[in-house]
Amino acid sequence: MPKITINNKDIEFKDGMTVLQACELAGVEIPRFCYHERLSIAGNCRMCLVEMEKSAKPIASCAMPATEGMNIKTNTQMVEKARKGVMEFLLTNHPLDCPVCDQGGECDLQDQSLYYGFDKSRFKENKREVKDKHMGSLIKTQMTRCIHCTRCIRFSTEIAGVPELGAIGRGENMEITTYLEHSMESELSANVIDLCPVGALTSKPYAFKARPWELKKTESIDVMDAVASNIRVDSYGWEVKRILPRLNNNINEEWISDKTRYACDGLLKQRLDKPYKRENGKLTECTWDEAIDLISSKIKETNPKTIAGHIGDMASMETINSFKNLLNSIGANNYEFREKPFYINPKNKINYIFNSSINGIEKCDLLLLVGANPRHEATMLNARIRKSFVNKKLPIYSIGDSGNLTYDYKIIGEKTEDIKKLIEGENEISRKILNAKYPIVIIGESALELKSGEFILEGIKDFLFKNNFITEQWNAFNILIQNASTVGAIDLNFLDIDKKNNFNFFDKLNKNQFDLLYLVGSDNLDFVKKNEFIVYQGSHGDRMTQIADVIIPSPAYTEQDGLFINLEGRLQQCIKATYPPGNSLEDWKVFNLLNKRLTNKELFKNFHQLRQETLKQVKNHSDFNLLPKTKIKELQQKSGEFKYPFLGSLRSADQRVSYIDEFITIKEVDYYFSNSIARASKTMSNCRAERSKSFKNKTGS
Amino acid sequence: MTLKKVHDKQPEKFEFTKENLELAKNILEKYPKNQKKSAVMPLLYLAQNQNNNWIPLAALKYIGKFLSMPYINVYEVATFYTMYNLAPVGKYFIQVCTTSPCLLRGANEIVKTCQKKISKNESDISENGLCSWTEVECLGACVNAPIIQVNKDYYEDLDQKSTEKILDGFMNDKPLQFGSFRNRKSTAPEKIKSKLNGAEDA
Repeated sequence: MPKITINNKDIEFKDGMTVLQACELAGVEIPRFCYHERLSIAGNCRMCLVEMEKSAKPIASCAMPATEGMNIKTNTQMVEKARKGVMEFLLTNHPLDCPVCDQGGECDLQDQSLYYGFDKSRFKENKREVKDKHMGSLIKTQMTRCIHCTRCIRFSTEIAGVPELGAIGRGENMEITTYLEHSMESELSANVIDLCPVGALTSKPYAFKARPWELKKTESIDVMDAVASNIRVDSYGWEVKRILPRLNNNINEEWISDKTRYACDGLLKQRLDKPYKRENGKLTECTWDEAIDLISSKIKETNPKTIAGHIGDMASMETINSFKNLLNSIGANNYEFREKPFYINPKNKINYIFNSSINGIEKCDLLLLVGANPRHEATMLNARIRKSFVNKKLPIYSIGDSGNLTYDYKIIGEKTEDIKKLIEGENEISRKILNAKYPIVIIGESALELKSGEFILEGIKDFLFKNNFITEQWNAFNILIQNASTVGAIDLNFLDIDKKNNFNFFDKLNKNQFDLLYLVGSDNLDFVKKNEFIVYQGSHGDRMTQIADVIIPSPAYTEQDGLFINLEGRLQQCIKATYPPGNSLEDWKVFNLLNKRLTNKELFKNFHQLRQETLKQVKNHSDFNLLPKTKIKELQQKSGEFKYPFLGSLRSADQRVSYIDEFITIKEVDYYFSNSIARASKTMSNCRAERSKSFKNKTGS
Repeated sequence: MTLKKVHDKQPEKFEFTKENLELAKNILEKYPKNQKKSAVMPLLYLAQNQNNNWIPLAALKYIGKFLSMPYINVYEVATFYTMYNLAPVGKYFIQVCTTSPCLLRGANEIVKTCQKKISKNESDISENGLCSWTEVECLGACVNAPIIQVNKDYYEDLDQKSTEKILDGFMNDKPLQFGSFRNRKSTAPEKIKSKLNGAEDA
């Protein structure tokens, strides 16, 4: 490896590194504003100047490639003087309004002016003033503070894939704006707030809410989608003030989606804080005893076979496990986690997770989407696909029209017929997959919702397995799960499936065969109520509370500990950051209470016991934050995973897997309104209104 | 030089005329196919020529679509360069050079004359709609300072009087002949002999 001398210390570095990166290897911190690891190099802030031997002038270390034998000094007087000069120029036009600036306390310019700032101004002229720009309901602008680092522009074009930000004018008059001040149309737009090194772009919903040093910081995970981005929850008292991304190179890198970040104001609104029961058609407050009495007496009255449980999209594994234990103890076995009937195969873990892993997307050389819209279903995963597309020109194909995914892809068909041809190896895409080394096939829930859902899942798996794409080294078979609770629920076997019917629960539900329906945080279930007695346990007064007969308040995801498995099978912990409002009880405690009332026995002694028992049921568990271990060979030999009945006999008369020639419509996820927290959030509804407005403008209707 | 303002009243549509479309296609051929957007500057200039010397937003959008590049990038280019006008200008667009040599030779007087004769503020169109003026940086003819550029012509060696005459001409839609206003032959010296000692008249 080549060597570079930094402050008289020899350091080995990798080819292609810049001087700044080499300095970081040497443990020398270089101040910077425009440079960012994940963005292209701009080299326009000049803060990272260092001295290079044989160069008369200081060099910008972020833009200078490191070469063998370079001699760099970062602690000389020349460097300090140069940086002080740059800082003075940056501050000539920067307002000194730190006391009223939201970035105060976490501002790069503020921090670095401490080291390189000058204690008085030599600039006697008037400071530049720039009109604020409208950038949508998430980003508050104060453009006078902008130092033209162009990080936001580079982020929007390179990572978000929506080239809407730009710098107009030039020199002193340069201004950062969106085209004609339209709002940014990206699900990643708010990341520019974190990127902005000064207070030019700050968070609009969080404006003047708190100072960073007042907040309690809890490192947790997000449950808005199945990606489970790593987040930091900043709270003040019981209120969650804001949510920020936390670095995890395996999942979200250092970005999070707008919903993850801004649905948090929904945690303060529409909250259920007391138990309610329905009397004469009206919901009235009641005590915990009354509510528990009512539910337990109803459960006693009802035939266990007509009692059903449904779990929502943000339930933790502990909640699911304790709920399942309760239902089992009363003898009910109708339970389900799916919100819509899509086919699943719970037999082995490879059938319901994203096997290639999110990191694997960067390795892959061909990507095929089958009835999936990753942009809205798993935003951070989509950002990774785009990264691979930008860096490697990854060829991307889709069966079904997914709309604008922020990268170019080719639609190769919109019918199940195309999938059938693919499986039979008859069309071009199957040949392309065969020629690829690391292909990825992503099957979306929309495809599994089709009548041929089973055919699509099993057929594609069969095709990939036959061609050696499901091995321990590389697994090309992926399901794109939408909800945070889904993988955990399948692991815990929280579903009602038999060999003949994948949708027992939905059949009974739609025929109104249930007498008692116990909903735990599930608001997206679509059915018509008849005579069911509905118990709703959850954090928000949303769709289902309107038809519920008893309501039990419970904490939201920031208010109780819980395990979640993300779509690639990574087990992570959600940590309690704040307290729930009013007197809600954690989910498992409610089930304990109910069980005690019914059978005089507690389900679990304490949370620790519950967690241990839950952990035991995690399939292929390796460790926290790691991918599951799957032994493909064992699966093949022991469980007959890949011996599906129709193997090689697609056209035989007794084929069990139903194939129907149908059109693949990708169901649009109402991105900003997909769960009860987002629906309670004012910010999210603003975003949604803005987006639908701009959509109307575009289509001209 | 302040940031250029986009005009309030914008036409709804913009399209290249047949001839310009032909020209645009010729321009495109000069650039590699995968770098179509390199043609953005000549196309903006073409649009400006077609549309009375200014570029409406519709044209920015049109060019963005034409070159399949984001609108904001076209907008960036159009606002960066001073010679693209984003608001209407007069039929006679008067650009007064105020860079050092012209300034030393009295460009300020010319600016004042423009303010008096045409409009008080830079870039405002005169009441009769014929003229507008703006200050510009060096026009590259310092040897004939001070100068003004009107559309494509240079009026050189000016002073207040001659400027007044010139501007009157434009305001009445009767432009004077361009060139030096102290009877210099292009950039030749004025008072010393115009030929070498002893040489015959050429």
